Amino acid sequence: MIWESWDAFWAMGGYGPYVWGSYGVVLLCIAIEIVSARAAHNASVQSVRAMQEEPDHDATP
Amino acid sequence: MENFKIRWFHWAAPQSFYPLAGRLWPFFGLIAAVMALAALYLGFFVAPTDFQQGEGYRIIFVHVPASWMSMVIYLAMAFWAFLGFTFNTRLSGMMTQALAPTGAMFTFLSLWTGALWGKPMWGAWWVWDARLTSELILFFLYMGYIALTSAIDDPRRADRAGGLLALVGAVNVPIIYFSVKWWNTLHQGASVSVTKGSSMAHTMLWAMLLMALAFWAYSIAMALYRVRSIILVRERHTQWVQEVAA
Repeated sequence: MIWESWDAFWAMGGYGPYVWGSYGVVLLCIAIEIVSARAAHNASVQSVRAMQEEPDHDATP
Repeated sequence: MENFKIRWFHWAAPQSFYPLAGRLWPFFGLIAAVMALAALYLGFFVAPTDFQQGEGYRIIFVHVPASWMSMVIYLAMAFWAFLGFTFNTRLSGMMTQALAPTGAMFTFLSLWTGALWGKPMWGAWWVWDARLTSELILFFLYMGYIALTSAIDDPRRADRAGGLLALVGAVNVPIIYFSVKWWNTLHQGASVSVTKGSSMAHTMLWAMLLMALAFWAYSIAMALYRVRSIILVRERHTQWVQEVAA
């Protein structure tokens, strides 16, 4: 352990806001991307299913 | 050789690529998670304090890999666009589209973490030097690609227009990479070079390289995951998609 305490760890030698501001936003962006990709995939599956319920509309030639 | 060629075109068919991507993305996602945890451990609990930059330098463990990915993903998009123009395969345009959001995200993160590093180290969130400006242009190229392809209803036309932008915009990538050599920039030169090796301590270097591997694996996982959604929508008229979604 290179840190004397957890407080020292979070303080990052005075750079805390910059370091955690960086890593926090990286984590946030990744989380948002994963959630939105899942939502997009579910929406794709739903759009195909919606087509199946209305075979006349938009049907295979 | 003939067989080899046939296999490539076999996987280029959306119908065969869809299940393949479905099997591959969890594998790359797992690699990304393991590598990221290892990189965070090395970066925060093993790598020593930098004698010039104190603890603030730990931002570069995420800044440098994000910047690399922002360029690598754009080149990957240009590669798929090129394949699309050459072989006219449907999958190429879908892969180009599947990569764009992740590339845009890493470009934003490169700029964001760079600003948070620049403020304490340079005293400025932003300067208009060649490296920062060309990276900002890369962000606009990603945004332009996403806006352009989503504004065109016909997917094949969207692929062609977007593919052209991906190819032309790729010129910007070497400009970003070599900007620190070509111009007198405030941004420092490369810390890791193929010819000269690394100027960093070993644990620092490993923390950064592991994070870069994690971001690579993450990007591949996201592109494979996202391309499946695109395949479903674009191929919705086909029998196999109807069966998959049922």
